Amino acid sequence: MLKTFPKGGIHPTENKITSTVGIKKMTVPKVVYVPISQHIGIPAEIVVNIKDKVEIGQVIAKSGGFVSSNVHAPVAGTVTKLDLIIDTSGYKKQCIIIRTDAKNESNFEDIDYPLKTEITTEPKDILQKINDYGIVGLGGATFPSHVKLSIKEGTNLDHLIINGVECEPYLTADHRLMLEKAKEIIVGIKILMKALHINKSIIGIENNKKDAIEIFKKLTAEEKEIKVAALQVKYPQGGEKQLISALLNREVPKNGLPLDVGVIVHNVGTIFAIYQAIQHNKPLIERVVTVTGKKLENPSNYWVKIGTPIKDLVDEVGGLPEGTRKIVNGGPMMGKAIKNLDVPVTKGTSGILVIAEDEASRGEPKNCIRCGECVYVCPMGLEPHLLMNLSEKGMYEKASQEDIMTCIECGSCSYVCPSHRPLLDYIRFGKSIVKKLNTAKN
Amino acid sequence: MSAQPIIVSASPHVHSDRTSKKLMYDVVIALIPAFLVSIYVFGFNALIVTAIAVSSCILFEYLIQKFLLKTEVTITDGSALLTGILLAFNLPSSLPIWMIIVGSLVAIGVAKLSFGGLGFNIFNPALVGRVFLLVSFPVQMTMWPTAIENNTTLIDAVTGATPLGVIKEGLQFGETMTEISTKIPSTINMLFGFTGGSLGEMSALALLIGGLYLIIRKVISWHIPITLLVTTAVFTGVFWLIDPEHYANPIIHLLSGGIILGAFFMATDLVTSPMTKKGMIVFALGIGIITVLIRLFGAYPEGISFAILIMNAFVPLINKYFKPRRFGTKIKSKIV
Ligand code: SF4
Ligand code: SF4
Repeated sequence: MLKTFPKGGIHPTENKITSTVGIKKMTVPKVVYVPISQHIGIPAEIVVNIKDKVEIGQVIAKSGGFVSSNVHAPVAGTVTKLDLIIDTSGYKKQCIIIRTDAKNESNFEDIDYPLKTEITTEPKDILQKINDYGIVGLGGATFPSHVKLSIKEGTNLDHLIINGVECEPYLTADHRLMLEKAKEIIVGIKILMKALHINKSIIGIENNKKDAIEIFKKLTAEEKEIKVAALQVKYPQGGEKQLISALLNREVPKNGLPLDVGVIVHNVGTIFAIYQAIQHNKPLIERVVTVTGKKLENPSNYWVKIGTPIKDLVDEVGGLPEGTRKIVNGGPMMGKAIKNLDVPVTKGTSGILVIAEDEASRGEPKNCIRCGECVYVCPMGLEPHLLMNLSEKGMYEKASQEDIMTCIECGSCSYVCPSHRPLLDYIRFGKSIVKKLNTAKN
Repeated sequence: MSAQPIIVSASPHVHSDRTSKKLMYDVVIALIPAFLVSIYVFGFNALIVTAIAVSSCILFEYLIQKFLLKTEVTITDGSALLTGILLAFNLPSSLPIWMIIVGSLVAIGVAKLSFGGLGFNIFNPALVGRVFLLVSFPVQMTMWPTAIENNTTLIDAVTGATPLGVIKEGLQFGETMTEISTKIPSTINMLFGFTGGSLGEMSALALLIGGLYLIIRKVISWHIPITLLVTTAVFTGVFWLIDPEHYANPIIHLLSGGIILGAFFMATDLVTSPMTKKGMIVFALGIGIITVLIRLFGAYPEGISFAILIMNAFVPLINKYFKPRRFGTKIKSKIV
């Protein structure tokens, strides 16, 4: 039996149509729109002016505090504008707009550096570089990596877990990266193990990516400290808490962090970014993005410069097909629907999903038939129908007692509800109010 | 780009293909084998009773929603159809038509719509209909046309008691089980459905096939039916072991009366059963115990309907005390 987390979860139809398409380099866009807040925490502060010439990899916005991250120029060019642009969150965010130089060369141009296995950087310099080079979690949460790695003296830490699960249907960015950059990822893992002084790590990969499991098994055959674990295919196994529970059978306490059970989790994409930062001094200025959808001409995986308008990406795969009704930044379970294509790719963009008519609209909500399906699938042991009712009725105190804040917003409950109840919509709303009430209290 | 606007709604952007309507129709499909057996056993009457119950349930739902409550009419969601079939399955095939109509009115009007419609009702509507009729018209509700005897001849006009009725009566007159057993159908006949009783209780086998279908289709989980059957078997088994001359054996208890219909189709009603598996086990345990108590010591030979309704009332309480365990509340989490 393959390992998995014990309670709840679903198995949505996968549609991983791009899993066999190698990562291509996306044409360098003419203009990039680089938001200064591409991470959880305080936005970075702009350190360039209009008309400034910038080099690839130059810092254009400096970290605004501890929980913040630097932003670098993804292309060489001229800053044409500092403006508010609607980003993938749907809100206006400050952006640095750069017109790309006709000749756009740089030392970072290539992701295909020769592999560099020897790790010479000292642990504390590793953290510093991760901070300097603007590395944030690429699995979607975009938490600044140096913060996650700054561990208090005396913390009991014994495992580094590498998240190669990619449980979102449609997305294949991590899968392709694992196939194409496995050796680099292994070096990245070793860099982190050195920085954190831990000697056990596990790469968790869902069993629908047998080729990636195979590659890592081969590469780590000689390594005692790095294990590869094939996991049962089940959403949302890529959630940190679910992954830790699947691999180590440890439960992160309610309101706690992986650190509380001696674990730190990083996504494979982040590990590759860390490899590039430490071994090649390359800041985080590009990432793999899956551009996909059943009706697209050429769904593919791309190396994309941060700040590239999604329109350019969609054009690259043949444009929006007839009958497109929804464009999603991310996967179908947790991604955000966007209004139009004038939104830039950020550090957190793992995929662009184009959905046609038949799948785009939601079913008409019907009465809850109290079937309990939502309770059964909730990986956090919550009662979604109850939380929805409490939010709907404005009973936020009660909702908080029923642990609404521990909802990881995986959407499994909304996915299964046979009455098409918009469970997660209400739960999100309830969470936002509870959060406000809690901050008001403190 | 398409002429139609881009939709911006929150995640998730995909949905499983299950709908509540499909669930209802799956239950209807699962009832087909038992329905066919009832037609074979009771002939045209079975058809009439079912048709009357179904059409009056749907019609009452339509009329009440349209003219009395002035709300959206939901007769296409399959739930009124299902209530109609289940009600019919709980009636004797000889019940006067007007009584069936009254039962349907109680089921839909009182048990379902007065609580707010599908999902808001606490009690299983079909059972409320049945129990109402049983209490109001005890004579008609316990006149059972005898089923095919010797598997060949249908003696339609004669009325007799159900196996459970025979046992109850026999025991009251001081007969022993050995004597009584000559008067009730053989185990094999009970399994295939040639006993006496209400429309849908006939064939344990047909009901089991339907129940299995529901479990395979994941419309219901095994927790309620299995717990209920095991509880009944164990509980009646204990009495039988103590005094086999005064208590029927567990097999007779399982195969006669409404236990199997109740276990797979009535107690598992999504709306009126608990939400968690733990809760379901407690719920079914309660039904099993109450059913046996009524059968062995109560005034009625059969007790499953009452038992389910009684436990229906406890479902909100069960849901409150048998919650899923919240993730992150496990005490031990070893760090090596
Ligand atoms: S309540 Fe939250 S954690 Fe539970 S299934 Fe719904 S979205 Fe996921
Ligand atoms: S899945 Fe939907 S219908 Fe079923 S209990 Fe939850 S909210 Fe109600």
